[in-house]
Amino acid sequence: MRLTREEVEYVAALARLGLSEAEITRLQDQLSSILEHIAAIDKLDTEAIPPTAQVISVTNVMRPDVVTNSLPREAVLENAPRQSEGFFEVHAILGTSVEDASS
Amino acid sequence: MIDSPGPLTDLTAAEAKRALDSGEVSATDLTEAYLERIEQFDDDLGVYLHVMRETALAQAAAADRRLAAGDASPLTGIPVALKDVLCTIDAPTTAGSRILEGFRSPYDATVVKRLREQGAVFLGKANTDEFAMGSSNENSAFKPVRNPWSTDRVPGGSSGGPAAAVAAGLAVVSLGSDTGGSIRQPAGFCGVVGLKPTYGRVSRLGLMAFASSLDQIGPFSRSVEDAAITLQAIAGHDPQDSTSSREAVPDYRAALSGDISGMKIGIAQEYSVEGMEPGVAAAVDRAIERLRSLGAELVRVNLPHTEYALPTYYITAPAEASANLARYDGVKYGLAIEAATLRETYERTRGEGFGPEVKRRIMLGTYALSSGYYDAYYVKAQKVRTLIKRDFDEAWSKVDAIVAPTSPTVAFPLGARTDDPYQMYLADVFTIPANMAGIPGVAIPCGFSEGLPVSLQILGSPFAEATILRIADAYERSETWSARRPRLELAVASSES
Repeated sequence: MRLTREEVEYVAALARLGLSEAEITRLQDQLSSILEHIAAIDKLDTEAIPPTAQVISVTNVMRPDVVTNSLPREAVLENAPRQSEGFFEVHAILGTSVEDASS
Repeated sequence: MIDSPGPLTDLTAAEAKRALDSGEVSATDLTEAYLERIEQFDDDLGVYLHVMRETALAQAAAADRRLAAGDASPLTGIPVALKDVLCTIDAPTTAGSRILEGFRSPYDATVVKRLREQGAVFLGKANTDEFAMGSSNENSAFKPVRNPWSTDRVPGGSSGGPAAAVAAGLAVVSLGSDTGGSIRQPAGFCGVVGLKPTYGRVSRLGLMAFASSLDQIGPFSRSVEDAAITLQAIAGHDPQDSTSSREAVPDYRAALSGDISGMKIGIAQEYSVEGMEPGVAAAVDRAIERLRSLGAELVRVNLPHTEYALPTYYITAPAEASANLARYDGVKYGLAIEAATLRETYERTRGEGFGPEVKRRIMLGTYALSSGYYDAYYVKAQKVRTLIKRDFDEAWSKVDAIVAPTSPTVAFPLGARTDDPYQMYLADVFTIPANMAGIPGVAIPCGFSEGLPVSLQILGSPFAEATILRIADAYERSETWSARRPRLELAVASSES
């Protein structure tokens, strides 16, 4: 199965991954080739097989609803490119353009 | 008493411990010997992304005080390398990626914390494929690692740095992570012991996430005993990792009895694949024969879905990675390339911060999870994963362990597989099934082919680390492969000429 250029661009947009024209071309070939290899699993009949998302038997691990120590806010914010009043700071996501508002 | 009179940097952790306890050597002596050797050889090998000289010397001094007070643990004063996907408060953690250049973790990984408590000495952060994605360490954004046995060869990956560190005498033991073979395959290529524990045996807190249902931390070492000692230090439940197991941690060293008579060891024909190098097949066959002569009973087992493990992995792992790596967005930490809008900031930061293999996997995973393809790829892969796991479950009713080659080839030359991603992926064809099933596996040296190490992989049932370590130890005692060391002097001389 060969991916179209538009499909590669669509997936890159979903992944919020900025790619150059050359990268898109290369990924179109490489992803198509990898998907061909992956298609080997299509020949297995898995109709009656339950999926395995993880291999351990533990489910829904609970703990008492008690407040415990967490990392100090300053330590967490130390790596932030931009911070303001104890918060991470980001660009406005509303009001600059229609496209931004929908992103 | 030191068993071998060789240089300090040849000692195993158990040997070094005896020298430290007797007072023959101090932790400071040992640490300085390693720091000196790193200075001497690491420009050529590329093992370390960051050498923690000051931390190491301070830890060594503290270890000497503990030793003097008679309060030493098995790893007190032992110089260790940490794969740079393990968070450390006192050194950068980059995951081999430009997107995390300069990042300082506000906390230690649980395994790091446990080694600190033991009094281990941290030599530095070891090189890795970017976000642990790769089989040759050539995907490191900073520099490649060279194989200590032949510097024109790759060390394997993704834990190329930790594997080469132990092989080259640039650390006594090291910690790596294994998502599809990233401990066992480089251990094999570098001729050292590498152990991937059962999923859940070791806490993943502070391990930068690649594929959360597959990732597991484990040790590299120059002996099976050292692997047992290091696993003992890091294994066990962690309330901060809900997937870590409450299963009791046995005494791994006590399991190393040297006696494997009567044990049933499985051989699966599915691990004889096309493209297997004759030198590898021959060394592995000899090792299996040796296990028989040590008293093990060889039993044929069938693992019919083995060939589907690789394609299943290349859906599951990228799918999980695409979600895990969404956190690198230029807002919370790491690289930020500011643009006019938030969306453009995301796209440009990620576009410039991630390398080609990471982008490829994010794309593949995003595609597999996208609307319209989710059932055909992601759910289908999860169902095949069930079949792979069932193959193993059935085998455990007949055998105590399964042996196979760790890789179909010895270490390949740098650059040999970088043009074709799938060729690179095939380097992990024998190691991936264990991750899909969540079972433990240990890789141990079992000979040489073309002057390069060959490795035997021993797989066990969930939480049977003690069993596979016992088999590995019995084999190791019967051979001398683990005592061989690469001759680095020659590598330096040839690069200078």
